[in-house]
Formats: sequence, C-alpha cells, structure tokens
Amino acid sequence: MTGLRTRAASAALAAGMLMPPVSAWAAGSLAESALEWPSRAELIRVISLQDYNTRVVVIGATLLGAAAGLVGAFLLLRKRALLSDTLSHATLPGIVLAFMIMSAAGGEGKSLLGLMAGATVFSVLGTLSVMAIRRWSRLKDDAALGISLSVFFGLGISLLGIATRMETGNAAGLNAFIYGKTASMLFFDALLITLAALGAALFCLAFFKEFGLICFDADYAATQGWPVGWLDLILMSLVVIVTVIGLQAVGLILVVALLIIPPSAARFWTRRLSVMLWLSGLIGALSGLIGSAVSALMANLPAGAIIVLVAAGFFLFSLFLGTDRGLVRITAERRRLAGRIARENLLRTLFEMDEALSTPQAELPQPRDHTYETLLAERSWSSKQLRRTLGKLISRGLIEARPEKRYRLTESGSRTAAEVVRKHRLWEAYLIAHADVATAQVDMGADKIEHVLEPEMIRELETLLPEYSKAGMPASPHRFDGPKGGL
Amino acid sequence: MTPKIPPYIPMDTQPPIIEIENVSFAYSGEPVLRDVNLRVLPRDFIAVIGPNGGGKTTLLKLILGLLKPDRGRIRVNGDPPHKASPSIGYVPQDVHINRRFPITALDVVLMGKLDPKKRWSRRSASNRQDAMTALDRLGMADHARSRMGMLSGGERQRVFIARALVTRPKLLLLDEPTASIDTRGQAEFFELLKEINGEMTILAVSHDLLVISRYVKSVACVNKRLHYHDQAEITGEMLESMYPCTVEEVCPVELVAHGLPHRVLQDHEES
Repeated sequence: MTGLRTRAASAALAAGMLMPPVSAWAAGSLAESALEWPSRAELIRVISLQDYNTRVVVIGATLLGAAAGLVGAFLLLRKRALLSDTLSHATLPGIVLAFMIMSAAGGEGKSLLGLMAGATVFSVLGTLSVMAIRRWSRLKDDAALGISLSVFFGLGISLLGIATRMETGNAAGLNAFIYGKTASMLFFDALLITLAALGAALFCLAFFKEFGLICFDADYAATQGWPVGWLDLILMSLVVIVTVIGLQAVGLILVVALLIIPPSAARFWTRRLSVMLWLSGLIGALSGLIGSAVSALMANLPAGAIIVLVAAGFFLFSLFLGTDRGLVRITAERRRLAGRIARENLLRTLFEMDEALSTPQAELPQPRDHTYETLLAERSWSSKQLRRTLGKLISRGLIEARPEKRYRLTESGSRTAAEVVRKHRLWEAYLIAHADVATAQVDMGADKIEHVLEPEMIRELETLLPEYSKAGMPASPHRFDGPKGGL
Repeated sequence: MTPKIPPYIPMDTQPPIIEIENVSFAYSGEPVLRDVNLRVLPRDFIAVIGPNGGGKTTLLKLILGLLKPDRGRIRVNGDPPHKASPSIGYVPQDVHINRRFPITALDVVLMGKLDPKKRWSRRSASNRQDAMTALDRLGMADHARSRMGMLSGGERQRVFIARALVTRPKLLLLDEPTASIDTRGQAEFFELLKEINGEMTILAVSHDLLVISRYVKSVACVNKRLHYHDQAEITGEMLESMYPCTVEEVCPVELVAHGLPHRVLQDHEES
C-alpha cells in the first residue's frame, strides 16, 4: 500500500510534474489523520532520547548540522555558496544510476553506501562541469552554475522515471533523497552519517588556519608556499561529504540551506573568524537537533524542512538582533546619530544668529531670544522635529524657553554650541585648503562629517591648519546675512 | 651574542635579487609579455608602470610564482619563484580583498606568521608579540582589534605591509599600493616605504606614476615587452615609443628630467 503510493508520487515527479513536496506528501497523509499533536509521554520520550530510533536520528541530524555549519562557514567566505547548490542537485543522477546498477547486479538496490558513492561521483562531475563551462564558454559563474544544476537535476529526474519502470528492484523511496526522509533511516545509515559528520567537523577544525588563509587571501597564501589547490580540494571534498550525508536527512534540495544559513546567521554576531566558525557550527547543530526532534514528535512534518526552517529562524533572529551588524542595533545607532546631529545643528543655528548680532570682539556672543518661527525658517525642519529637538536641549539645560515662544542658549549651551561651530568651521577650512572643494559646496560636506569628528581628528586638523589657533573661533567661509526672520 | 656584520659588497657586484631572462607569457594564446628581461639589484626601489593590460600585474604574478612563464627564466634571490617564497613579502591589491570578512587587523598580520613547513608548531605568544611590533612600526597598533572592513584603504594597506614584514623578507612586492589612499596619505605612505627600503628591495606596480616617480629609485615601463633603455637614450624617442599609452599613462617628462634610471618594457613591433 505504502509502496504503491510512493511509487505513484515518484512517477508523477518523473513525468515532470515537479510539484512541491506538499502534493506527494498530502496524498500520502490523506489516509492518516491530520497533524497530530504529541502526547506528554511522547514529548518526554523524544526529548530524553529514550526511543532508540529517535536517538539515532536526532544525534545524526545534530552532528550533520554541526558539520555543515563548520564547513559552510568556509564555503561562504570562499564565495562558493552557490556551488554547493549545484553540487547537491547533481547528486540525483548518481543516486539513481547507482540504484539501477546495484539492482541489475542482483544486489540490494538501496544500499546507502552504494547510493552515496553514486552521489559523490556525480557531485564531483557537477563541479567539473561548472568549471568546464566557465573555462570554455566565457559565461559568468551564475550562468555556469544554473546550467549545471538544472541539467544534472533534469537528468536525475529522467533516470528516476526509467528506474521506477524497471523490472528488477523497487525504486520506491528513492525520491526520499530529493526531500529527505529521516524516518527511513536505519541504524547503520545513522551511524555512517554520524561518523562522516564527526570526521568532517574535526577536519574543518584541524585546518582552521589554512582554510581561513585561503578564504581571505588565496593569492597571498600561494606566495607564501601554501598548496592552495590542495587546500581548496580538501575544502570542496568536505562540502561533498556533508552534502552526500545530508541527502538522506534533509534531501538534496534543502541540504544547501544547512551549509549557507548557519554561517550567514553567525556573521551577525562577531568580527572574528574563530567565533563565527563556532557559532555557525552551534547554530547548525541546534537546527539539526530541534528540527529532527520536532519531526520525530509530529509524524507528518518532514525533518529536512523543519531543520531548514529552524535554521531560518536563527538567521532572522541574528539579522535583527545580531550584535555586530544586526538591524536593530544599526537602526538604533543611526537614530542616535541623527538625534545628535539635529541637536548640534540647532545649537549651531542659535549660536550663529547670536554671533551675527554681537560685536566681533566678544569671546562668546551674548545669547539672545529667538522666536520659534525664526528657528523653523532657519533650519527648514518639520515643526515636529524642531519641537522634539528643542525639548531635548531644554531638558539638558542647553537652551532655555522664554516667554512668548522664544528660546535662547543658556551659558553652558553657548559654550557647547561654540565647540560645535568650531568643529564645523575647522572641517570646512580643511576641505577648502586641502581637498579643492568649492567653497559653496563646503557646508554640505561639513554638515555630515563634523558630527563624527573624534577629538584626535580635531587636534590633527588644528596642526594642519596652523592659522586657526587653539582658542580662536574660525570665521565662517560663507557670507552670513543674519537671521532670516525677525528678531 | 655579537651581531654578525655582513661583509660590505658594493652594489654593482651584488647578485641581483630579481633576474628575469627572456620571459614570455600568454593568457590562452594571447601574448601579454614578450621576451622580457629585467635585473633588480638589492636595495633598489623600483616602480613598474605602464598602461592597463600592458602586463604589469602579470609580471608581478610571474615574480611571485603565481604564474609560470611560457618561455624564459625567473630567479628571485637565486631561486625559482616558488622556492623563493620565504624571502618575498607580498602586499596584495586592496580591491581584491573581501571587506566583509570577519577578521581583525592583528589576525591578518598573524597570517604572515603561518608557515607551511611548521604546520604544527605553536608559538602563539611570541608570534603575537612580533605581529604587534610590526603593527606598531606602521602606526597601526591602536587598530589591532579593529575589523579590517572598518579601516580606511590606507590603514588596510599598512596592515598588509605589516603582514609582509613579519616574515622578514628580502623583497617587498606591492600591487597598486596607492589605489585606495588619498593624495595626502600617499606622500606619508611613500615616506614609510622609503624607510622600509633601507632594509629591503621594494618593487611596486602602479598606474599612478606621477606620485610614485617622486619616491622611487628606478622605473620600468611595461607594455607587452621589456626593453632596456639606457638613461642617456631616454629622449623623445622613448616618449614616442610609449605611444600606445593613454595620456596619463605615458611616462611623464618630469621622470626623464629627474634622470631616474629608467627601463622601458614596451611594444616594439612597429620599429
């Protein structure tokens, strides 16, 4: 019964009706009940790994995730992430051919070791075909990858169609390699996956420095006498191993996700390669663990898809909350900077208006009252932004609100404003003197940079512009017409 | 321990650090360099200039051993390039570096301390010390913990030089070192190279010869062919022979006027 159903599904696939797994899977699950929530007893059994079958699958998937995370980190940094996609799709004809040969020879057609050997041979062939296309056709990488991926996968699907009609052997279940099916894993299969994953992970850690070197700067590595070609070969072999052992667990379509998503997520947390590597392995392992456990609890959820979705969850979490380049952090920093720039600009406006109205001899211009409307006209801000910025400055004691909606700098406000204006004018003077920038355009450039000038940079500017002594306030290079509104 | 003082050898009797004899190279049938000859003596500071596609970078890669010549012979410090790697310090072109790579400046310099022959040795403390010394010498000690991508072009270039210096090379090769440094930084940068030149030979590939010609001791122009011109011969004939170059890539008159030792690698097909 089950065999018949799978057979029908694979026949449909072979005929080119490449429907997503849902259709084949839904057809199968109609007879069974819909999503079943696990009972408490089941939950405990799976989590504590009491069930022998679960234990095998969960440990296998966890190690697979860890190995993929480690290998994938280098793959991503070597900018070969998409090659792994082509490589995994190219395994399908290898799997089917291995099955056909093994059944024709009268053996067990679905011996995992044999199928993996076929997959390995074809993943290498797929990689070689990409290199051949790139070399002889002058096509770009993405085109060469796309051609190889689709042609090899098409070949695999066609062969699958032939295999299902073969007299000898039972091809049912071969398409489990397309979407992955942990449930069909035998103890021996899981052991094989576990050992291979462990080996790949250890290899990756042993070659940490070498792989880091060729990923960062392969030419330099070659000049220092490193066998870059061999190291690349070892790295790609590890990718092939992880892909091939991942076929049964997550399937050839999704295995690439395990190689790419964990390292992509890890990058949002660190500026160090070693940390990224460990994080990537950890995220991969957790994805494998959680994904396979969830799948073991709910009979109808395929492990491969859940593992990938869990990894995607880690990625989204890192993308938003990552400490290195996470979006939340970047946005918060940008907002903080925007707020500071607005405050400094408003202080400068008030200061320059005071300056225009006072005698040039005064060290600090006498603070005067300015109306809200004047400020609005001067800064060309929205009313809301001006109110918010004024509010912040008042609460910091740099500006005081006067009757009739007038504002003036406090004494400490005037001093702070003087610092800001000085920075601005120093930078303007530097641009004019050293960067051949037209005076008229200077204000724009200075506006952006003055707010992020470090004290060290200010000192350097002062030594570069000896005419601006430390204490003095440089004059503005613009002609200043005084406040635009009335006083 | 008394330091060993090397016997004094006059410049012109010293064996050349780079020796290129009748070297030709073609990329898939397309000739890039033809019959190139070049001898660089120790302590030279030589700039290799020429038009884009003229073969500057190819020449550099041949010296580094990244490419093998189709014909001819290259010796660096008396050895074939792939065996001379310990005596070569290579500073790559900044644009070829992945700026988003998660790596700190210190880690980049430590890469120079990795030795293929001593794969399993662990002397991390002294390596770290050497790396910090090199960074400090280039004024980059404060940036040791910064990610490479956060540094400016000139700062990254200094880190790469520090990485090259920790191997104590005899020859420093730089590929377009000024490409991502602003004009003011360039002067400072070349002063630094001049100082390093006191200890080792420097060869820099650059298209920006107006800047470089002020600091180097000799210049080689490359345009498919290397042809040695004695200094006395450098006249209108030389400028004429650089005809295929675009305006800004023609060897500048000031270079001739300075009387720098000047070798021209150029296409002599017409003559």
